[in-house]
Amino acid sequence: MSANVVIVGGGHAGGQAVASLRQGGFDGDITLVTAEQSLPYQRPPLSKAYLAGELPRERLLMRPSAFYEGAGVDVRLGIEVTGLDAGHRSLTLSDGGQLTYDHMILATGGRPRPLPCPGADHPAVHYLRTIADVDAMRPRFVPGACIVIVGAGYIGLEVAAVAIKHGLRPVVLEMAPMVLARVASPEVAGFFENVHRGAGVDLRTGVAVSAIEDRDGKAVVVSTAGDRIEADLVVAGVGLLPNVELAQAAGIDCDNGIVVDAFCRASASGVYAVGDCSNHPSRLYGRRLRLESVHNALEQAKTAAADICGKPLAYDQVPWFWSDQYELKLQTAGLSQGYDQVVIRGNMAMRSFAAFYLKDGRLLAVDAVNRPAEFTLAKRWIWDRKAPSPQQLGDDSIEAKALAV
Amino acid sequence: MTKITFIEFNGTERSVDAENGQSLMRSAVDNLVPGIDGDCGGACACATCHCYIEGPLAGKLPEIGEAERSMLEMVEGVTAASRLACQITVSGDLEGLVVRTPQSQH
Repeated sequence: MSANVVIVGGGHAGGQAVASLRQGGFDGDITLVTAEQSLPYQRPPLSKAYLAGELPRERLLMRPSAFYEGAGVDVRLGIEVTGLDAGHRSLTLSDGGQLTYDHMILATGGRPRPLPCPGADHPAVHYLRTIADVDAMRPRFVPGACIVIVGAGYIGLEVAAVAIKHGLRPVVLEMAPMVLARVASPEVAGFFENVHRGAGVDLRTGVAVSAIEDRDGKAVVVSTAGDRIEADLVVAGVGLLPNVELAQAAGIDCDNGIVVDAFCRASASGVYAVGDCSNHPSRLYGRRLRLESVHNALEQAKTAAADICGKPLAYDQVPWFWSDQYELKLQTAGLSQGYDQVVIRGNMAMRSFAAFYLKDGRLLAVDAVNRPAEFTLAKRWIWDRKAPSPQQLGDDSIEAKALAV
Repeated sequence: MTKITFIEFNGTERSVDAENGQSLMRSAVDNLVPGIDGDCGGACACATCHCYIEGPLAGKLPEIGEAERSMLEMVEGVTAASRLACQITVSGDLEGLVVRTPQSQH
């Protein structure tokens, strides 16, 4: 009897794992258990076209249901894994069922960090992680509505852009002194702040939420600056907590995510962890990372599947992300933490530029706005650890692909 | 619906009834055609939906945009027939289109 695989979690990583296992020749049983009432779907459109009402729900699926039938996958929708016995390789499910596994891929992702203030349970407060989240906020996401967005990370800024386009009046509160505080330089953050303010967003940095009160069903957001902002809808995007509880309770090593090696193997035999929930080593950056990105989820799923199929390939990728706000396409490659030099290429006023981040002369990362060539090239330079000189990087009179490495 | 034929690198042919208004990438993925990945979901951000389109119908395709061109320039095995499938919308004009997929998308 051939081995079986249980995949816990039906997000990008879980969905990709199914495809990669079959493509890799795995012919044993595959069971996909997901707490959501949906087959694996694309999350990025949730804060973009889906929120804007421009994309029907069916178009969100990563693969149609016919794919899972054809691949002989046992899909359990709306089922949570309530217990894991790593020693006996068995799982208990929320419907009372049990599963055993030869291999298990934990693709449990994360959940939005709850707002830590009093009144965060007001019905007007919403988070944005799942289709259900967006469906729940939609009745209040209407033209003329006042929406307070807490957190100016990618989610908050994308929601603000959609809100403006949709005729809402967004107020964005960001605790840090600038937007995209964890990921962007002051130059790039400043650019986005200008764009959003120019579009009509009431953006307030250095402001957090002290409490949320109620007034006739509307939320009143009390800020640390002393303002009381009445809101029809509050959307909080203040970070993601990795879903490690199942692994942790089973005695599997966790530290800012489920700890895995370069092949996505966790500390218990037969167990893998992939995607937002995993903490993995980065050869490129010489440290462990927990990355919240579609690319990481897909690539780690492929890595785990390859190992299960007996063709192990160490995970070794340049992290990359993208964010669409208004007509701007922000593409980021690499991780900029620790940079000591920023080189700007192009024209911020024209909304066409790239910010290169270097440390000790080595290119770490790039933030490219409407500059797909710079993004794609920099991804290769970061990988090769060979890049044009800072002076060349900043010289927009030379075409990017002509720059000497 | 529009008939599109996908030809894999190993020569396997598959004809699908593609929905008008959807991207070529979505048509491939939804019809379980191997050889086209579309990792970024069609955001023109990953170049894993690279394909080759030749012949008279190629003239009916939308012009390559700047973003698509930049992404294609970095792809292995790029030729004058290369396109990103996520940037092409299926319509009746493309009835009988033949799309070849590369050996690998990575």
